[in-house]
Parts: sequence; C-alpha cells; structure tokens
Amino acid sequence: MQMDLKTVNIEPKRRSYAHVAARIGAEKLASRYQEGTFDMQVEGPQHYRPLWDPAHDYFDPDRTRIRMQDWYAFKDPRQYYYGSYVIARSRQQETAESAFAFVESRSLADAMPTELRETALKLLLPLRHVAWGSSMNNETTAAYGYGAAITQGALYYAMDQLGIAQFLTRIGLLLDQPEALETAREAWLHDEAWQPLRRLVEDLFVEKDWFEVLVAQDLVLDGLLYPLIYGAIVDNVLAMQGGSAVAMVCQFQSEWHAEASKWIDAQVKAAIKDTGANGDLIAGWVRKWRARAVSALLPVAAIALGDGAEEQMDEVLADFDKRLAKLGVSA
Amino acid sequence: MDIAVTKKKLGLKERYALMTRGLGWEPTYQSVDDVFPMDSFEGIKIHDWDAWEDPFRLTMDAYWKYQAEKERKLYAILDAFAQGNGHLTLSDARYINTVKLFINGLAPLEYMSHRGFAHIGRQFRGVGPRVACMMQSLDEMRHAQTQVHAISNYNRYYDGMANFRHHHTYLPYLQVPRSFFEDAASGGPFEFITAIGFAFEYVLTNLVFVPFISGAAYNGDMGAMTFGFSAQSDEARHMTLGLEVIKFMLEQDPDNLPIVQKWLNKWTWRGVRVLTLVAMMQDYMLPKRVMSWAEAWEIYFEENCGALFRDLARYGIVMPPCVEQVRKERDHLSHMAWCQFYQARGTNNFHVWLPSKEDMDWLSAKYPETFDQYYRPRFEYWAKMEEEGTPFEAATPPQQCQVCQIPTIFPVAGDPLTRAEHSCTHDGERFHFCSQWCQEIFEDEPEKYVQAKLGAHELYKGNLFGDADPTAEDFDPMAAAMAFLKLTPEDSGLHSDSRDAANFDLWRGLAKANEA
Amino acid sequence: MSEVKSTVFLCLQANDETRGVIEAIERDNEHASFDYQPGMVRITAPGTLTVRRETVEEEVGREFDLQELHINMISLSGHVDEDDDALVLSWDR
Repeated sequence: MQMDLKTVNIEPKRRSYAHVAARIGAEKLASRYQEGTFDMQVEGPQHYRPLWDPAHDYFDPDRTRIRMQDWYAFKDPRQYYYGSYVIARSRQQETAESAFAFVESRSLADAMPTELRETALKLLLPLRHVAWGSSMNNETTAAYGYGAAITQGALYYAMDQLGIAQFLTRIGLLLDQPEALETAREAWLHDEAWQPLRRLVEDLFVEKDWFEVLVAQDLVLDGLLYPLIYGAIVDNVLAMQGGSAVAMVCQFQSEWHAEASKWIDAQVKAAIKDTGANGDLIAGWVRKWRARAVSALLPVAAIALGDGAEEQMDEVLADFDKRLAKLGVSA
Repeated sequence: MDIAVTKKKLGLKERYALMTRGLGWEPTYQSVDDVFPMDSFEGIKIHDWDAWEDPFRLTMDAYWKYQAEKERKLYAILDAFAQGNGHLTLSDARYINTVKLFINGLAPLEYMSHRGFAHIGRQFRGVGPRVACMMQSLDEMRHAQTQVHAISNYNRYYDGMANFRHHHTYLPYLQVPRSFFEDAASGGPFEFITAIGFAFEYVLTNLVFVPFISGAAYNGDMGAMTFGFSAQSDEARHMTLGLEVIKFMLEQDPDNLPIVQKWLNKWTWRGVRVLTLVAMMQDYMLPKRVMSWAEAWEIYFEENCGALFRDLARYGIVMPPCVEQVRKERDHLSHMAWCQFYQARGTNNFHVWLPSKEDMDWLSAKYPETFDQYYRPRFEYWAKMEEEGTPFEAATPPQQCQVCQIPTIFPVAGDPLTRAEHSCTHDGERFHFCSQWCQEIFEDEPEKYVQAKLGAHELYKGNLFGDADPTAEDFDPMAAAMAFLKLTPEDSGLHSDSRDAANFDLWRGLAKANEA
Repeated sequence: MSEVKSTVFLCLQANDETRGVIEAIERDNEHASFDYQPGMVRITAPGTLTVRRETVEEEVGREFDLQELHINMISLSGHVDEDDDALVLSWDR
C-alpha cells in the first residue's frame, strides 16, 4: 500500500482510557506507567468468595488495618511498569556481570587474605536465605495487597530479592566451592549468631496484615540490614582490609537498596498522607519491629566487626531514625 | 588454602538447583503448616516437594536480560506503529473489533493471573514451583500492561475500548471470561494452577496467541502481532509449568488421581466454553483469514491435547467425557456465537456485521457439514431484513447458564435444531445450564456457583441502575442500565452504521489523497 | 498405550535472529516439518525435536546460549529437557 501515513493529521477522539482520564484529566496524555497501573484490579462485585479465605472477598481491602481513600495513591516514584522495570534491571545485571567476570578472570578472590575471605563468606552466604525470606514477604503483598499500584511494586521487590539471593549464591561459588553454601545453610539454621534474625523472618511469614509485613520487612529490616552489611561492612570495613573484590560483586545490592528504599518510603508516606490514623499504626509497627531487627542484626554484624558492631549499629540507626522522621513516622 | 583449588564447573541443572531450592529452609520457629496454610485443604497429597522437576531454568539475571530484550523490541514496534498511524494499514476497519475483545475480555484477566500466581507463589511449600510461579506472576503483569499499551493507540481513535475497566466488571457478556478466571482463582492453589496452566495456557492461549495472532499479522496489525507472539513466548514457560504440576500431583500419590481427573474434566469444559469467543473472532471477525476455527482446533486441541492425554494415560488419566460433545459442537460454535452477538448487538461494546457473500462461501468451504444447512439461511434472511430497513434485533436479555454464563443457546449435541435445556433445584431455587457438563460442575460445588452474578439477574435485581432512582415516575430501566454500564450508542450496533467505520474510511481517504 | 505417535512442536517468530536456529533444527531433525505462517514458523516432529547448541553456533557464527531461544519462541508442546548443550522436546521421558 503506497500511503504516506505519517503525514495524515487526524484528530484523536480521546487521549486515554476513561478510568485513567478520570484520574489525570481528559486533556492529559497518560504515561505508560499510569495506563499500565491505574485500576487494573477489579473493584466492585466479584463472583465467588475464595475457598482459601471465605471470610474475605477475593480482592478485599480488609486484609490490612491500613485504610485508604485511594489505593492508587501508592505510586511508584520510579514509575516502573514491567518494561521499564526489566530494562532497568537488565542494565544493572550487565554491570554486575562484568564485575563478576573481572573478579573471576583476574583471580581476585584468590588474592584476598584467607581470613578476610572467610569472614566475607560467613557474613554473606547465610544472607541468601534472608533475601529469600524478604522475597516471600513481599510476595505476600503482591498476593494479598489491594490495588495494582502496590501489588506491582511489591512483586518487583520480591523478584529483586530473589535476584539478590542468587547473586549471593554466585558469590559463594566464586569465592569457594558449592559446599560453602551448605555450610552457610547450617549456620543459618543452627549458629547462635543467626537465630534471632531467622526467628524474625519466620515470624513475618505468619503475620497476616500485609502492610505490617511490608513495613517490617522493607522499611525496617531491609532499611537497617543494607546500610549495615553492604554500606558499612562490605563497602568500608572489608574493602579497606583488601576485600574490594567482595565490594565489587556486591555493588548490585548497594545500588538496589538506594533505589528500593525510595519506593518503600513513598508507600509509607502515601499511607500516612491518605488517612491520618495510618500514621499511628505504622509508627507502632516500626517500634515493634525496629527493636527486634536491631537485636537480630547485632550478632550478624559482629561476625565482621566483633566488638565494634554496636558502635556501627548506632551510626546506622541514627541515619535510619532521620529517614523515619522525614517520612513523618515517630518511632 | 594456599593451593588454588580448581573450581567445579556446574551444569545448568545443578547450578539452577543451588540458585532456587537451595535458598529455602524448613522453618522451626513457626510451624510449616502455619507458614504455608493453604496447600493441603484440597486433599492433594505431596510427599516430597524435592522430587519437583523444573521445566525451565531461568535465574533472575537471565530473566531480566532476555525479557528486557523482548520489551525493547516490543515497545519500539508499538511506538513506530502508533507514530505512523499504523491502524490505517489494517486490512479493514472490522478488524478493530477483535482488538476491542482483547482489551475488554483478556487484559484484565492477565492482571487476575498476576495475583493468582503471586498467591500460589507464596503458598506452595516447595521452593522450585514457588519460584516458577513468582516468575509467572511477573510475566502476567507484563501481559496485562503490554496489551493495555498496545491497544492504547487504538483507543485514542476508536470506540468500545475506553471503558474496558468498567465494562469488564459489569457488562454481561464479559462475565463469561471474568467468571472463568474468578472461578479458578477462588479455588485452591492446585486447582488454580491446573485450571490456568492447562485450560487457559495450554489450550486457550495457544489458540489465541498463535493462529489468531498470526491472523492479526495477516490483517496488518503489527502491534498485536508483536505483543501476541511476545506474550506467548512466556506462555510457553507457563504451560510447561502447569503441565509439570499436573504430572507432579499424579506422581506423588495415587489418591490425587480422582481429584486431578475431576479438575481436568471441569476445566476442559470451562475452557472450551470461553473459547466460544475466540472461535467467533477467528471465523467472523478477521477480515482476512489464515485458518478456520475448526482447523486451529484440530491442531491445538485434537493434536496437542491428544498428545497430552496420551501421555497422562500412564497415570490413569482419561480424556474428559465432555470432549465428545465438544467435537460435535466444533462446526457450530463460531456460527452460533456470532448469531448471538448479532442479535444482542445493543448490549455489546463492539460492532457486528453480517458475513458477506464471499465470507459465506469461505465459511461453507470450511464447514461443509453445517454452514449451508443451518447458518447461511439465517444470515441471508437477516441480510434481507437489513436491506428492508428493519434489521432483526433481540428485545430481551437471554437466559444465561449459571456456570459459564453464556446464554443457553447451545443445541442438544448431535441435534442442531433442538436447544439443550438443563436445570436443577438447589435450596428451593431453580438454576439453568447450557449443558450437562456445566450442570455437573454446579452440582459439585453449588454453594460456589449460586454466588455468580448473571447479567440479566443483576438487571432485574436493580443492581445495574447506579444512582438512578427506580421509584421515580419517569424511570426508564433500560436507559438507567445503559448509563450505569457506560455503554454509548457509538460502542454498539452494526459496523456499517458506526463512527469507527466512517472515520476509518475518512482517514484512509485522507491518506490516499495525500499521496497524490 | 496406543500406537499413535504424538507430535511435538516449536513455534518461532520468523525473523533474521531465528534464521540460523531454524537451519540448525533442520540439520539435526530430519523428521521435522516446517510450516510457515504469517510472522512465524511452526516446526512439528513426531516424538521428539532437538535444538543443539553446537549446531546453532555453527549456523549463527557466534556463541549461543540456548536460553536466548526464549526471545523469539512463540510456543511449544511436549516435555522440555533443557541443559547447556541441548533443548529437547519429547513426549516420552
């Protein structure tokens, strides 16, 4: 067909879908994030109650105590829809890939002091289980949360944590033999240093209120764990002692957390802004889980820091409390 | 440790096992049953989750890499298609109505699927299947969004798509696909994955995304072609996962056999009923056709499901008994459906038309046993009525099946001239069905299906009037319902009368004039 | 079971990236047939179909990771057995 279609100037009838236009204004062009997110979940009557939870509708806002006037206030500051999400991660994945290749091809792992390498393995490998736990806890929100805005963001978080658990597995294979992973699992299951943390993660598995799980896992536990383990220990302490190869292959985690914390901060802020009573609930949850997270992380930090763990934790906590204050959470 | 030890080279399978099931552990601070409370109530017995075989072995790094590449390609084509007014290269404006069925009927189900797989990706206690389900949950988000994005540009120029959210929730005919999916999602985790992995992915999506999408390509829709083929590449993983779960259940305990057989019977039938819409898209709504519904059915059901059931026979699974009726209906399905939508066009959000002489000749060639005998006379009669300015239209909403929610239009199997009537009484109330098979599904779980919200009933119950006051003197129930349903005259009716047809011709005319 | 030999299939998008893959499949699977439809090719084979990494690499002239198949795969049927060197579809396992 010989048509010069680009030069045909035709007037569109509308700029977006009706439910999107109702939110952003009929005159506005919608972004892909907006079109792919707003009102994707059914609201209104549903046909059947779930056999697995007959007390609720299939989609039910009452699976959390948080109340929202607008469940689509849970916007993602990164505006991730599937396409932009995987494209962003594929770039980070490429960077991580070159870091692994660099360390491997130059045998940098072998060049590390033995003691340091052992500390790194002892500290990092059990964390693959912690990341997997975080993945499960975010899957809870993806499954039982309300509205596509929050379930989408939570699922990206869950997949990221699975990715991190797999990067940590690769670090084990890079620095040691596959058996090292089994040793780390034994530590996770039985060493005293890991038990408070494992108990915390398992307690979250049975917590029913998905927003509480989100606050406890993403804001509190990961909010303390990443700055402490990756920020303070891997990037500073280990790197200074000749472990910069470890820091290189952990770069994904540090960068990821800087980004993901923007997302969880935005969710918490949105909940508080939407309905005042949410603020008290969230503050209560933060208080409850912050205390537990601190005592669970201290023995883990001590693996690398010994007596210095407490001091380092205080620094991390000071920053964390500033972050909470900015969110309007009075813990 | 001074001597450098040669690293073992791990194969894909070994490495993948470390990357997935190696991550899990058995909780001890909480009981395992409390952590995974939902994977046992259906009666499925799993003794050894570690016996699970992963069908595909994508770690997240590979997933991000390959999916990003698919998305880059897809959006480049969507952008080019939109910027170049690609909709004007379509074979014919009638094609756009298939796009309307996609956005109204399918895209919201993809989101449902995202949630359903997030749910079972949290609930199965085996790490291997859980990881695969999480990945599928993520893929389904992709499908919901790529469909919304691909169709966004059509929505800017044509009717019937702007209210897809509202229409999917309330419009009676769209409750057929919606209730199908909600039925699966409200079941237990094993039933859900059997239903979706088998009926939806293996049967339905293969028919939608392969022959139908190839047809879309043939009709000039590069956008649909790209999202369709690209989505189906994920579906290949999904159907493999679903079938693996079915085999896993059967291998784990002989007591699982009757449960799985019951589900396969139910979901084969439920799936086939939803496919009525696809049959009609394939035979009537594609202006240029690649293959008929019956031909696609032979390849993707008879051949492909035949192979599957032969394979499952070793566990004692047999072909569902409903398949006999399905075969008898094969050459009727699309015609009956199109007749129904033609008559009820006032409550559709897409346009209909009568097949042209050329279309009918194609249909007779493809359906020599049925078309000329049962359907051509009807279409010719309706064409005459259209010519005379008195087009035929149904006045009252049809009776719907309590399970599949399709109007009870189906004939007795093997007797095309007698309408099938099935009903039963439950708790003093009478319920109607399209078939013996839907009735059996109802009778197995009546407390579930009595909850179904049937369009006509909702209307009579006054649930579709929105804010209008039914006690007001000038209350017009039909007008109130139309307003609540957000169904405009532009959305419905005959294609030839539609604004879409007029605009398409006008715009294409402009394009041709520009060329001169 | 019955004597009917079940067919496996693999549908690929028909584009420049899959050209070499299709040639490789042709070389390794004499019993396969190739059906070209708009935008795609449907490869069917009785019993089993194998995609071998080495053959694909010879055809495309570079290293090839079999998981790259996901990018242009449309659909398949049969049990999947995937390792570093081959992807095998079959109904008997």
